[in-house]
Amino acid sequence: MSAAELPATHYLNATHGLKSWLLTRDHKRIGLLYLLGVSFFFAIGGLFAALIRIELITPAGDVFQPDTYNRIFTTHGIMMVFFFLIPAIPAVLGNFLIPIMIGAKDLAFPRLNLLSWYIYMVGGAFSLYSLLHGGVDTGWTFYTPYSTAFSNTYVIATGLGIFINGFSGILTGINFIVTIHRMRAPGMTWFRLPLFVWGHYATSLIQVLGTPVLAITIVLLALERLFHLGIFDPARGGDPVLFQHLFWFYSHPAVYIMILPAMAVISEVIAAFARKRIFGYHFVAFASIGIAVLGFLVWGHHMFVSSQSVYAGTVFSVLTMLVAIPSAVKVFNWTATLFRGSVSFETPMVYAFCFLGLFAIGGLTGVFLGTLGLDVHVHDTYFVVAHFHYVMVGSTITAFLGGLHYWWPKIFGRMYSEFWGRLSAIVVFFGFNATFFPQFVAGYLGMPRRYHAYPEEFQALHVLSSGGSIVLGLGYLIPIVYLLYSIKWGKPAGDNPWGAIGLEWETTSPPPVENFAAPPVVEHEAYEYAERAERLGAAPTT
Amino acid sequence: MSQEIRMLPEQASTVAGQVDAIYLWLIGVSVFFSLLIAGLLLYFAIRYRRRAEGEVGGRFDSSTLLEITWSVIPLVIVLATFFWGAKIYFTMFRPPADAIEYFATGKQWMWKIQHPSGQREINEMHVPVGVPIKVTMTSEDVIHSFFIPAFRVKSDVLPGRYTTLWFKATKTGTFHLFCTEYCGSEHSLMIGKVVVMEPEAYQQWLAGGPAATSMAEAGEQLFGQLACSTCHQDGPTGRGPALAGVFGSQVRLASGRTVVADENYIRESILNPQAKVVFGYEPIMPTYQGQIGEEGLLQLLSYVKSLAPKPAETAAAPDAGGDGSAR
Ligand code: HEC
Ligand SMILES: [Cu+2]
Ligand SMILES: [Cu+2]
Repeated sequence: MSAAELPATHYLNATHGLKSWLLTRDHKRIGLLYLLGVSFFFAIGGLFAALIRIELITPAGDVFQPDTYNRIFTTHGIMMVFFFLIPAIPAVLGNFLIPIMIGAKDLAFPRLNLLSWYIYMVGGAFSLYSLLHGGVDTGWTFYTPYSTAFSNTYVIATGLGIFINGFSGILTGINFIVTIHRMRAPGMTWFRLPLFVWGHYATSLIQVLGTPVLAITIVLLALERLFHLGIFDPARGGDPVLFQHLFWFYSHPAVYIMILPAMAVISEVIAAFARKRIFGYHFVAFASIGIAVLGFLVWGHHMFVSSQSVYAGTVFSVLTMLVAIPSAVKVFNWTATLFRGSVSFETPMVYAFCFLGLFAIGGLTGVFLGTLGLDVHVHDTYFVVAHFHYVMVGSTITAFLGGLHYWWPKIFGRMYSEFWGRLSAIVVFFGFNATFFPQFVAGYLGMPRRYHAYPEEFQALHVLSSGGSIVLGLGYLIPIVYLLYSIKWGKPAGDNPWGAIGLEWETTSPPPVENFAAPPVVEHEAYEYAERAERLGAAPTT
Repeated sequence: MSQEIRMLPEQASTVAGQVDAIYLWLIGVSVFFSLLIAGLLLYFAIRYRRRAEGEVGGRFDSSTLLEITWSVIPLVIVLATFFWGAKIYFTMFRPPADAIEYFATGKQWMWKIQHPSGQREINEMHVPVGVPIKVTMTSEDVIHSFFIPAFRVKSDVLPGRYTTLWFKATKTGTFHLFCTEYCGSEHSLMIGKVVVMEPEAYQQWLAGGPAATSMAEAGEQLFGQLACSTCHQDGPTGRGPALAGVFGSQVRLASGRTVVADENYIRESILNPQAKVVFGYEPIMPTYQGQIGEEGLLQLLSYVKSLAPKPAETAAAPDAGGDGSAR
């Protein structure tokens, strides 16, 4: 760790100029391009969240017109879900790390990877343009027949943006799957893969299998809107609920596109800062696959009160309960990893602890919603809003930031301020809970979601929530400052600042263009801290 | 912010207590597991904190026994919760046979309520306490959702279809009625109130309004006006099947299938008669699509229902044969 200087050439300074970035085929640079993209869309989504929280401070709908408010929450949802949460971890961290972690030079299809980024940016720009010029007021869920026959906003244009963006996800998924199958270094067997790679493998499966359904759904929506085919229109013998089935068949698994990579990051961080092999490696790996498979079978839990038959409801409820198990297994395994570990508390680990807290609350309240008789009451209230923010936003962003802080020294070769890092993690944690916990209470009391004005008795809870969101916003802003500062002025990090095990820590920080000076050969299991120490006959173990 | 902060909404129906009970159970489970995990994390993190720079963790990194334990215990808990929740769900969607029937029509952005005796209200619903009430609902435009938090009941309200929910209020008072499915500009103003009254007060309230024809009577008049009666006469002479006793029975179709004649079947028979043609009849019934509004349909539905045998008789009627050809 005494490396005083960065290596002379690395992927960041090997070539220069805007063109060398915009036409790069280096997965590491593409990861950084994605980092710019997702940060941009996150900022937009966050801005719209702030507008929502401002409107809801008072019960009367006095800041915005109802139609404006409806456009605001729709824009917030679409930007965050499709252009930030879904791509955030896989496209940034996955892109950067998967080839390095398996000892490869790049992804299997580097040009396709660059194309994915362009598709993503075009899709995002397109959606953003239509959201800002006229906007859409259907909510990110586009329920029919409102979206097909009643809304006179830019549904098709926005949908087209999401449709385009879908191809980016599919291509990235295919790229990851092929890379993980074909490009592993000699000796890197499936069960030596870091859990980060397993998590991304499961995620890619969902992206490749699920996203086409979303694409088809959007096409049907557009056809119905343009030509009144009657697919979703009861007056023409269609079925509006069919849309909900199609939509959730993709969008429920999409939740796992967001959370599986988050879990994947947490596995890495916990192993590194407990300096111990993840407890139950095989169970954690298969839990990811289990979640991916079961995740496709539970979409009907969004429709317990939609006129779906009570028997269908029963089946979806049971399956939803089952999906809770692999998630619980992961949490128990992470906890057990600390047992007899050698635990330290640098910024990424503080984020991991925050993740565990938020994910526990998000996951457990999922069981509330999967419970039939209870869901009837809380469905489409703020209880649901709070639940999915805990899982999709709290957990995913916390893991994303944790991962970003963990690999930051690898990505840029320099360290950020530990003090500010830990502080921001703690601010995010408290801000998040202050914002969203009151929403569980409001929801159970009956506060419906997507309300622009509301009865006075809910005000106290909304004020708490809006207050919390200021803290949360601050928590998300602090890292931008010290991370950017560190790129130029941070202390050089050295190859392995955390003393972690993994191929990414065996190359220089930042890595060379081809990732490794010489192609690595893998001879040991993942996270073999204790074994390596014994081999070296040195360090004490607890 | 002087209001007290409640944690549970008022309990004003027979299912409210059941829903709160399972909610509190799940809160208990969540608190237990959260504290367990948080406690263990904290304890391990401190007990096994790194004491020397080069130190690494120990070898204990797998145990099938532990994995099974912490899979099976949550599994048992969630399955128990599932059964309990399903029981409440079935109660919620199975109205008792003696429930009196209200009708609600959702429309951007209001609720139109009709009492069995024909009274109409907008965004208000007066009901007697202690009496089971079934609400049959439909929408004139987009999907809405009918939600009464104090009763813990909710159901989406769809165009082109009937959905139902039921409740039995246990307390008099005024409670919120919310639309909980986003339905456009004034979704958040599509709210109303449910006024629960003592039965006598309710009768007085009914008597206080303008005299109304009951839903079934209004339906009977429509039945004549729309000339349904020309084909659907009693007795075997009619060109269409007699409608007495049809509601709730098993109907055999020309396609050979058998269906239960529920609200949605009657609706379809009127709007799209060719979709399901009754066995033994010609598909000559014209469609009434576009000629009858949602309210007229509900009145016809009430009329057809009123022709059904009383619940006691239905129970006695053998439906083992189930081919409905006796009619
Ligand atoms: C021209 C004659 C004709 C007229 C007018 C007519 N129907 Fe029918 N209806 C039929 C015939 C024939 C059938 C059986 C074949 C079928 O299902 O289409 C039928 C079936 C039905 C059924 C299903 C009965 C069962 O046993 O399942 C209902 C309910 C019904 N009609 C209601 C109405 C109503 C209400 C009207 C007036 C708005 C009406 N019909 C007008 C001829 C008619
Ligand atoms: Cu879901
Ligand atoms: Cu509404």
